[in-house]
Amino acid sequence: MKRLLCIFVLAALRLRAQPADSWPTYNGDYSGRRFSPLANLNTDNVRHLSLAWASRVTNGAPGHGVRISATPLMVNGILYFTDLDNVWALDARSGHELWRFYRESKGEMPRTGNRGVAILGDRLYFVTLDNFLVCLDANTGRQRWAVPFADPKLYFFSTVAPVMIRNHVIIATGGDSIDIPGYVEAHDPETGALQWRWRTTPAKGEPGFETWPDEYAANAGGGHPWISGTYDPELNLYYVGTGNPDPVGAGTSRKGDNLWTCSIVALNPDTGKLAWYFQVSPHDTHDWDAVETPVLIDGMIDGRPRKLLAQASRNGYYFLLDRTNGKSVATAAYLATMNWSAQLDPLGRPVPDPAKEPKADGTLVSPPTSGATNWPSPSFSPKTGLFYVGTNEAYSLFYLTDEDAHPQGFAFREAGLGGGKAALLALDYKTGKTVWRHEWRTPNGVYGILTTAGNLLFTGNGNYFIALDAATGKTLWHAGLISPLTNGPISYQLDGRQYVVAGAGDALYAFVLN
Amino acid sequence: MKRFLLVMALVIPALARQDERGLDERGAEIFAAKCAGCHGGGARGLTVETDLMRSTAVRTDQTGPVLRAGHPKANPVPLSEPEQADIAAWLHARVQAVADRGKYPFLNILTGDPKKGQAFFAATCARCHSVTGDLAGIGAKYDPSVLQSLWLSPRRRRGAEAVKTARTVTVTSRDGRVVAGTLERIDEFNLVLRDQDGKYRSFALHDEEPKVEIHDPLQPHYDLYRVLRDTQIHDVTAYLATLQ
Repeated sequence: MKRLLCIFVLAALRLRAQPADSWPTYNGDYSGRRFSPLANLNTDNVRHLSLAWASRVTNGAPGHGVRISATPLMVNGILYFTDLDNVWALDARSGHELWRFYRESKGEMPRTGNRGVAILGDRLYFVTLDNFLVCLDANTGRQRWAVPFADPKLYFFSTVAPVMIRNHVIIATGGDSIDIPGYVEAHDPETGALQWRWRTTPAKGEPGFETWPDEYAANAGGGHPWISGTYDPELNLYYVGTGNPDPVGAGTSRKGDNLWTCSIVALNPDTGKLAWYFQVSPHDTHDWDAVETPVLIDGMIDGRPRKLLAQASRNGYYFLLDRTNGKSVATAAYLATMNWSAQLDPLGRPVPDPAKEPKADGTLVSPPTSGATNWPSPSFSPKTGLFYVGTNEAYSLFYLTDEDAHPQGFAFREAGLGGGKAALLALDYKTGKTVWRHEWRTPNGVYGILTTAGNLLFTGNGNYFIALDAATGKTLWHAGLISPLTNGPISYQLDGRQYVVAGAGDALYAFVLN
Repeated sequence: MKRFLLVMALVIPALARQDERGLDERGAEIFAAKCAGCHGGGARGLTVETDLMRSTAVRTDQTGPVLRAGHPKANPVPLSEPEQADIAAWLHARVQAVADRGKYPFLNILTGDPKKGQAFFAATCARCHSVTGDLAGIGAKYDPSVLQSLWLSPRRRRGAEAVKTARTVTVTSRDGRVVAGTLERIDEFNLVLRDQDGKYRSFALHDEEPKVEIHDPLQPHYDLYRVLRDTQIHDVTAYLATLQ
């Protein structure tokens, strides 16, 4: 039975298309499109969608709540998902809890979120806030092993959902509190042993080191890739976005582009070797991690089929790259209020305006540190040819707080300003131009998105879970939840019925056509 | 950090000595006298090697053994055990202060030209505001960092003052009925207002119906963001700060 399960999951993972009867990876498949091929539920019948079950979970840590920012996996009728240091298994038919695993993190890390598990056969993998990779028995929730991969005393903390590629469990660090370099790692799924490590800043003598003034700056340079990447099996390349450089808001001691921070990089999953990179924010000083999902699109440009990669980045720009070599195909600003860059360089990268770097007396910048968008999942529908992203149009004042020749840590403070707008955007994937814009009545519009072959788009706003027509942006259905959507919704077929599952606060909600 | 302090307090009886000052302060004094020559006053080092803030030994509580072994090796600085503990505590507090991004002190915000700020105020703000009326003495009420945020993005007021900043709304149904009042809450599918009698009125919102018109008295502030230059922001803040 174990062997069968293993074969089943591996077979599913070989496909780049999302399998209909499971959701076996963070993004549903390797492409990051979050597009379900299911069409039982569609624009004609979605108005009949109703609740199958709702299930609340409790934290193993007394006194702490739960915020499900994980995307659940659904394999063989079981849902697996996480919050900080907690993993749950729920029956996908009923929402009944099979087991919960809890492992207390030691240290004083910021309580952010955890994005979920990876599965291989009957084993689950997840990372703890204090940087352990943990392997669980999927049937019982019992721990098989746990290996540390970063020291919390150095201010690392971890949140990423591991990605399973053949015999590699791929994880990465988080944490930009205080000047530490990030890394991506692959571990052995049997033992947890380290297979390779790729650092987000180069060591002396390596390519990219010339974009830092010295070893001191590069060694403390940040760039944590804290969201799961995507994978092209034909090219055998793993694509992941890296975070902002450190010190965060002060660039004085790190003059240069600061590679490989704020970049989309392609790594060989067998060796960890860098194949190519594209930097979306050279010399970032605004905390705009470029970790947003790099979505793989097989598209047509000028009548020729192309292997493409698209990212709607936190800095307000949409990037379309050739994923065989990292060359720019298109770059377009998608945020109307974006004011930190007025032009592109010949490589298709935005040129930062130095006047918009944080200053002691305050600089008015759009977007804020939280970005034009953030980690909640975007989606691409091959049916509509549209790339969907939740956005905020807002401004903040950026105050430099550390004028030392060697600034440290965050090095600036932000004062958010009111009056912002929020919109769900549908972009032409070839150009990044807005095809339709659904402006919300509330000022927060960054929520996870799912699209389906039934031409539906699922997302959240306020306390509502909402279905829109993916072609037009027209609202077709909504359901009021207890709290706002906090994860990326998923869809799968079970017993011939199409389920849509959303996480909001401490609960999962499953919807079907009844 | 807490655990580190606890351990130190348990194992080093000297910490219990009668001293009103905190560990941090004592550590700062000893560091300035005995360590700053090589490590810099802020412990950020004079060279890469002497930066203690990014030192793994400091962050992983290994400072004690290094100091006890006699440091620097070439010319050890004599430090008693309590002094070692004080220095370690001070270093940890400094590292933690770098990590506590929400507590960083602001630097000088008042760099603008008050006269230019006054001219901007007269041309743009005086339509709604008066420096002898609603803004009298505002420079004395707020720290400059708060003042700058507040004039760009005023808070909605509560209680008797609320009427000045509240959004008003007119809801027109398909059959032409009009209900107006103060907007209390709006989301994608529902709207709540209080009408002129203070009565709670809620409406379900659909794509085209009812028609909703919202007036926000703070909108002129938000509209400035697209056109303001940073120097103009600093000028206005500098001017408002003179209104003591």
